[in-house]
Amino acid sequence: MLGSPTKLIRRGKTRNLRERSINKDYYGGVLIIIIGLGAVFGGMSYQIGTLSEMGPGFFPAAVGTLMVLTGAIIAAEGLRRKTVATDHDPPPEWRGWLCIVGGIVAFIVLGEYGGLLPATFGIVFISALGDRQNTVKNAAALAVAGCMVSTIIFWWMLQLQFPLLRWS
Amino acid sequence: MIEQSLASLWYGFGVAFEPHNLMWSIFGIVVGNLMGVLPGLGAMAAMSILLPLTYAMSPVAAVLMLAGIFYGSMYGGAISAILLNLPVHPPHAVACLDGYPLTMKGRGGAVLGIAMVASFFAASIGILVMIFFSPLLVKVAFKFGAAELFSVMLLGLVAGSTMSKGSPVKGIAVTLFGLLLGIVGTDANTGAMRFTFGMPGLEDGINLIALAMGLFGVGEFLLHVNRMKVVGSGLKMRLRDMRPTRDEARRSFFPMIRGTLVGLFFGALPGTGPTITTFVAYALENKVAKNPEKFGHGAIEGVASPEAASHSKTQVDFIPTMTLGIPGDEVMALMLGALLIQGIQPGPQLIVSHPDIFWGLIASFWVGNLLLLVLNMPLISIWVKLLQAPYRYLFPSALLFIAIGCYSANNSLFEVGEVLVLGIVGAVLIYLDFSVATVLLGFVLGPMMEQNFRRALLLSHGDLFTFVEHPISAGFIAATALLIAAQILVFIWKGKRKTLEQPA
Repeated sequence: MLGSPTKLIRRGKTRNLRERSINKDYYGGVLIIIIGLGAVFGGMSYQIGTLSEMGPGFFPAAVGTLMVLTGAIIAAEGLRRKTVATDHDPPPEWRGWLCIVGGIVAFIVLGEYGGLLPATFGIVFISALGDRQNTVKNAAALAVAGCMVSTIIFWWMLQLQFPLLRWS
Repeated sequence: MIEQSLASLWYGFGVAFEPHNLMWSIFGIVVGNLMGVLPGLGAMAAMSILLPLTYAMSPVAAVLMLAGIFYGSMYGGAISAILLNLPVHPPHAVACLDGYPLTMKGRGGAVLGIAMVASFFAASIGILVMIFFSPLLVKVAFKFGAAELFSVMLLGLVAGSTMSKGSPVKGIAVTLFGLLLGIVGTDANTGAMRFTFGMPGLEDGINLIALAMGLFGVGEFLLHVNRMKVVGSGLKMRLRDMRPTRDEARRSFFPMIRGTLVGLFFGALPGTGPTITTFVAYALENKVAKNPEKFGHGAIEGVASPEAASHSKTQVDFIPTMTLGIPGDEVMALMLGALLIQGIQPGPQLIVSHPDIFWGLIASFWVGNLLLLVLNMPLISIWVKLLQAPYRYLFPSALLFIAIGCYSANNSLFEVGEVLVLGIVGAVLIYLDFSVATVLLGFVLGPMMEQNFRRALLLSHGDLFTFVEHPISAGFIAATALLIAAQILVFIWKGKRKTLEQPA
């Protein structure tokens, strides 16, 4: 199995021994180019200056230029290997993703307008629902346990500056 | 010189045994050990979740706790790799190859015993190297000016991004992205706001905790939700099972020493990740073994050597972090960040101005490694039970800790929003096969690199040759160029081989 350890390292993820999908390289490269361009334009708007008297924009613009270059290499590499078999990734996990993101958003919103307890309940309950094996009852029980931890450990013992409940 | 080091070490033990420091050290070790065992959490997640706690601590206690988490989780990672074939922590992926087959043969306990002894031995050697080489390196480091600092950081970044996991070009690209993230906020020289998008919360830059938790916590959860296979098995482990046979001990001895040396070598190279170290150690054992066909089917040599390598490397990694202020990998970057939060600038002056941190840390390594050896034996049966804790309870609870941890950084919900955005960014990057670990390296080094780059060119009146005119700096630049050239050669060679194999 370990005929070629370097190959295992190269592959990025050890569990994944299949050829990488062309799309991943291509889109990854494009993403890096876009971010790099953003940095270059941002840097230009902050004053580039000269080599001996650098303005705040010099470094971001330089980093951005390098990003565009590396991004182009990555994307070109992705295009070149078009014939290679693609990666079979598991299907998108929308439920899990939505619940994790939703849970954190709930923490922010409920924390702002409700306080620590509703925020805690929200993040644990909603994100727990993201796992297909959790039932509503399970998730609620876990959320209640989370509230107790928040109250006892964070609010009471560690004196977290976050009111348990707030009205406004 | 040596007496002085020993005297300082003695002082360090005094610091490490202060009840307050010892308590946090033990706390870190136990929590790290626990998080290391659990699938889906690792050293980085554990350290970032507990980083907010350090705000209220003294700098010494903070560093000791973080270090404890780190090596505690390394021991823990070995446990889940060997007993359950779970390569959740990449450096321990090799331990699965031979550790798990041995577990299937009923020798799991003995393998763990060997792994722990090898780890302890290697860590001790690494600590010795650290004690005697750090003061030497400090002497050199005092000669460093802006040009040298910039060049050595460049070398570290290039080595870190090209030699860790995945494609080298992608590694460089994400490291640059990390540098860019480090730029966000107020420019130290001119006070100009850069990439803040008009948000006052970003004026002080992106929060290190939010970045670490986003990339290594939220990002990982997004990828693992509903995809984590829980490997429950009725594994039972008793203390008695952990004693290896005489033959097993004999066969592990030299691999352990070779592994330690491999670790020392890679530790001295800046930027090389722990994963490559363990793979090289494994490959080396495979080469020198009399019976290489046994590898992959339960050769104890294949566990002893990589485990030793990862631990000696870990210790040696602390040298550049503490003496030059230049972290070798993402764990060290986080450690450096924690020191910076405390208002302490690691660098050559650290040993002199904060001897308690430096020598206390070294002494605590020994105390901690010994504690782990003692703790792990009785705790293993508990860890094995915990391994069966379902992920569906684990990640919502961890998410709560992350949210509260980020909030406590500034007592504001803005950081929680940051962690969400950075988590999504991290998940996208991981999905596109970028290794996000170097983002953190770039983030921590970014501001320092920019400062030194600007200062060096200000002093040389804009002459770029200043980086090759200073001899030390020229050496680092040459090493960097060599690394890049080597990568290009490997790339060309591989391309040729591929076309030979499959003419298309």
